[in-house]
Amino acid sequence: MGTNPGVKVQIRSLYKIFGPDAAAMTEHVEAGISKEDLLDKHAHVLGLRNINLDVAAHQVQVIMGLSGSGKSTLIRHINRLIEPTAGEVIVDGEDILAMTPLELRQFRRSKASMVFQGFALLPHRTVADNVAYGLSVQGIDKAEREERGKRWIDRVGLTGYEGYYTTHLSGGMRQRVGLARALATDAEILLMDEPFSALDPLIRTDMQDILLGLQTELHKTIIFITHDLDEALRIGNSIAILRDGEAVQVGTPQDIIMRPADGYVAEFIKDINRGRVIQVASIMDAEKADGGPKVDAETVLDDALQLMIGSGSDIATVTRNGEPAGSVRLESIATALAKPD
Amino acid sequence: MEFLSEFPTMGNQELRDLKKAIDRGFREFSRAYGEALETFFEPILYFLVWFEKLLQNSPWPLVIAVIAVLAWLGARNWLVVGGTVASFLVIGYLGMWQDTMATLAIISVATLICIVVGIPVGIAMARSDRVQGLVTPLLDVMQTIPSFVYLIPVVMLLGIGKVPGLIAVCIYAIPPIVRLTNLGIRLVDREVLEAADAFGASYPQKLFGVQIPLALPNIFAGVNQTIMMSLAMVVIASMIGVQGLGVPVLRAISNQYLALGLMNGLAIVVLAIIFDRISQGFGKNIQKHRWDGH
Repeated sequence: MGTNPGVKVQIRSLYKIFGPDAAAMTEHVEAGISKEDLLDKHAHVLGLRNINLDVAAHQVQVIMGLSGSGKSTLIRHINRLIEPTAGEVIVDGEDILAMTPLELRQFRRSKASMVFQGFALLPHRTVADNVAYGLSVQGIDKAEREERGKRWIDRVGLTGYEGYYTTHLSGGMRQRVGLARALATDAEILLMDEPFSALDPLIRTDMQDILLGLQTELHKTIIFITHDLDEALRIGNSIAILRDGEAVQVGTPQDIIMRPADGYVAEFIKDINRGRVIQVASIMDAEKADGGPKVDAETVLDDALQLMIGSGSDIATVTRNGEPAGSVRLESIATALAKPD
Repeated sequence: MEFLSEFPTMGNQELRDLKKAIDRGFREFSRAYGEALETFFEPILYFLVWFEKLLQNSPWPLVIAVIAVLAWLGARNWLVVGGTVASFLVIGYLGMWQDTMATLAIISVATLICIVVGIPVGIAMARSDRVQGLVTPLLDVMQTIPSFVYLIPVVMLLGIGKVPGLIAVCIYAIPPIVRLTNLGIRLVDREVLEAADAFGASYPQKLFGVQIPLALPNIFAGVNQTIMMSLAMVVIASMIGVQGLGVPVLRAISNQYLALGLMNGLAIVVLAIIFDRISQGFGKNIQKHRWDGH
């Protein structure tokens, strides 16, 4: 199969069925049996159905869905904590499912690290030892472990807490330890399974800022699970929406909001603050305007609106990197802001 | 109607033959392998005898001092240390020093054997449901079968003496440490184990780096129970030739010596309490981080 150089992780026709005779159930699932029927008639649980997803390198791919939609199951296929019933998972052109146990361990040690919803820290080890856990598994000696660990402890803002046990820290601090532990192995892929869902809203925003700040420098390939749409829109370069084990839509945040694939996605996005999410680029006309204020293509509608009302103009020039790229009218902003029914 | 009122039994003659056949079979087995088994257990016997002599022949103040240090290291509590020293002084003053040392020796060796055998079995049980399925009924039998019943084959195989006594004590005392090691490992947080997997830990790295450290409170509860149960076996073990506090208790039973029985019995109780406080204190101290903070 051809591998696009920009794609880091490819998931192809992935199926996961839970139950004693999962392999025999694939044909029913491929034939399109519903999750309920599979459970009632065959006593098997459908985890994932025909997932196809390309995760671009150095991007944040958000996978979102409600609980039970299969998002945690999906992320665990990427480092093969869960074995699929059928399908392929390819990372950098390498088939994860063909790996021997030894190769798989090597892959987990060096290529993909993970952050967990419940932190999953070792309560009998200190912050420093937890951060260095991945390194100690690799057999790196203590001095180097401490030095590399220290760097990440400082980066996530836990300087001074090295000697504490994790049970003495607050939730937000614990997840900083979890994040530092995942970063310390220098893995290119970061798997984050609802990392901030257990934190209260203010701390959650803090942690999102830390992650986004780190990402501007580190350019990791991040696969981020969440059930929180605001978080998904804030963090994701691309969002995949999962429902009952199926990917109902994959696209950029702008795509998802402007063009929801079905009623389920539309229902999902109906309560967001559109003015703070939709960017001018999504609604602009290619035709350039003669006058009016200049707004950058990535400006959100709220800000563009304020600018235009301030300048008393009902049309603005949209710029990309300072160059005029099109125009936007007050009317189209108002249309975009109105909630679709 | 006779069928309903009389339970249909095997014929008397056949039953007698069956029992005889089993006895004969086992006697032949013990004749064939008894000696080999004795040789197998010889190092343990030497160790036990050496340890017993060491305790009995060392100057008593030295022994008490060593025990006091161990008590401090285990419990980190002056009350426990003081109580331990006072108890041993009283025991010695009442003329039970030699017997107490003999009991101390066999309990220590039995506990050691139980730990060395029991923890790996517990680990194997935690790793595989099939092993758990096989071992659990065995442990049930070991815990419920009257000790006198397994004394018979043990004595037939190895005769009267310290080693059969030790084996009898171990059979009775090993189940808790096996069970609690298994339980402790199985109770380790799934997400923490998953994290170890996600970072590429191998099975030994998971076992020694995550599972055993997190199972330690339960494993220690098992050690504690094992010590308590081996002390409970002291009197029965003395019936097959184990020296110690059980011997005078046995003599007191057959002769109705109330004071003798009471004193030696209470000495066993005191030993049990000391062991219990020290091993529990130790278990708590190595898990301090769990209870600090929050």
